[in-house]
Amino acid sequence: MTTSMSDPEAAGVQDAYQPGVHEYRDAYYEPGYDPADTDILAAFRVTPQPGVPPEEAAAAVAAESSTGTWTTVWSDLLTDLDRYRARCYQIEPVPGQPDQLIAYIAYPLDLFEEGSIVNLLSSIVGNVFGFKALRALRLEDLRLPVAYLKTFPGPPHGIAVERDKLDKYGRPLLGGTIKPKIGLSARNYGRSVYELLRGGLDFTKDDENVNSQPVMRWRDRFEFTMEAVRKAENETGERKGHYLNVTAGTMEDVYQRAEFARELGAPIIMSDFFTMGFTAHTSLSRWCRDNGVLLHCHRAMHAVVDRQRNHGVHWRVIAKWLRMAGGDQLHNGTVVGKLEGDRTATMAINDLLREDSIPADKSRGIYFDQAWASMPAVFPVASGGIHAWHMPELVDIFGTDCVLQFGGGTQGHPEGNRAGATAVRVALEAVVQARGEGRDLAAEGPEILDAAARRSPELRDALVLWKEARFDFDEADRLDLVGAGSSPERRTAR
Amino acid sequence: MSSYLAQLDERQLAKQIQYLLNEGLVPAIEYVRQPDPRDHYWSMWKLPLFQARAVEDVLTEIHACKAAHPDYFIKLIGYDRQRQTQAVSLVVQQPPQDKA
Repeated sequence: MTTSMSDPEAAGVQDAYQPGVHEYRDAYYEPGYDPADTDILAAFRVTPQPGVPPEEAAAAVAAESSTGTWTTVWSDLLTDLDRYRARCYQIEPVPGQPDQLIAYIAYPLDLFEEGSIVNLLSSIVGNVFGFKALRALRLEDLRLPVAYLKTFPGPPHGIAVERDKLDKYGRPLLGGTIKPKIGLSARNYGRSVYELLRGGLDFTKDDENVNSQPVMRWRDRFEFTMEAVRKAENETGERKGHYLNVTAGTMEDVYQRAEFARELGAPIIMSDFFTMGFTAHTSLSRWCRDNGVLLHCHRAMHAVVDRQRNHGVHWRVIAKWLRMAGGDQLHNGTVVGKLEGDRTATMAINDLLREDSIPADKSRGIYFDQAWASMPAVFPVASGGIHAWHMPELVDIFGTDCVLQFGGGTQGHPEGNRAGATAVRVALEAVVQARGEGRDLAAEGPEILDAAARRSPELRDALVLWKEARFDFDEADRLDLVGAGSSPERRTAR
Repeated sequence: MSSYLAQLDERQLAKQIQYLLNEGLVPAIEYVRQPDPRDHYWSMWKLPLFQARAVEDVLTEIHACKAAHPDYFIKLIGYDRQRQTQAVSLVVQQPPQDKA
């Protein structure tokens, strides 16, 4: 309660109906409020319109994303709004951005339906993003309380169970997206799958827009790729999988494709969770848990929402939503390849996907402590423009529990898919062995690869071909350098 | 499971065992006649080596297992009891006649 709210003269809504427009900060700005353990906490980057005071803009965000509307209504008096209103409890400036502020807002748990990401989104990132008093608004982070998390299913299996099912331990998993992504017949597509898996990849992958186009209908693709998977398994003695993209126009189609994949013995299927929508994706995730099928999640469309620095939703928040809704693998940045991803922020998001408890650290973009209370972990997937030369750095940065996905980095090999897959598998195993020997992967990477290539002509050809391929552009979205003393990690080229 | 590199020699294997012990993992040895992609349960060579503290403790058991099962696949596991997963899994004997 603010002092003004506890003063009956000033409180207005509590004792008598006073129609009209009141300032948001009267009811929704409460500095010093001590958030409850069960509150959902949000950190918003607010850019007010010129002339709007910071606390009024911050309070407006709290109001418009919880109980408030532009004018007082008589029926406010039929309830105890204190129980439901969100409160802005802290405001802080953004270094170097005088027009912006970070507003911390606490939402009582009663504002939300259990187990519904959609309800969370409609509330917290709903109408408020179009609110006129704000020039821009970005949700930077969310603290999800344990009481709320326990109403979500989480990943169908998680990292540990996925490894057990596949019997693959102690190293990152290797994937590859089939290229060209559209244009191959199902039979030719299956050939590419077989060659990559036979050469040494663990998985191959449909791309996000591979659904059921005229050139390759889904059922044909599923049959040919699963023949390729079974053949590669028999010849290598290892489990293999192809991420069968079951994304479709209706849930009936999604389920039909998922069930056919299961009938064929597919260990893993795939969802474009963001274009498909959270309700559809969460249903599919539940299906995966019920049917023992792993779920790979592609994040197509995320950059529409998360790439602008001042407006939208940061990817770290979307990644948290996905862990709640459920997925066993999720694309995250690569740090070293062709796609976006500031290194420090990317690693922090890997922690949010993989760890059980992540401490707040604003220098990493993490505004709140987050406890997952044993919710299963998600494999981060690094994908996009990576090749054999990147392997030491990838393992050094990402560690063991990740999926490294090579598209052009395998299929662009001079000798084709099988040799390309063998090249990255040899590179990976050599790097993991070097790590076990206590060598410095970042410093000794080229020597480790050169030594491995002496026994592997496939790796040698890959190293020669991609010696100069790098992607050194600046990031569109970088962290604010706030927080005590920690220097940002240097972004290193290969 | 390291299967795309040459078999580790004794010195290389010792380094991997040291890494496993440094990481606080529990060493365990398993063997099988013919690996199958869907076979999770190879035979256990004794119980996991909960008491192992030195590289020699583990090497001795690997040698004993090799001597008892010269024609079998043998792997060394580094088990992480906190996360209930294997953090290391290495083939330490691969009979040449069984190569795919």
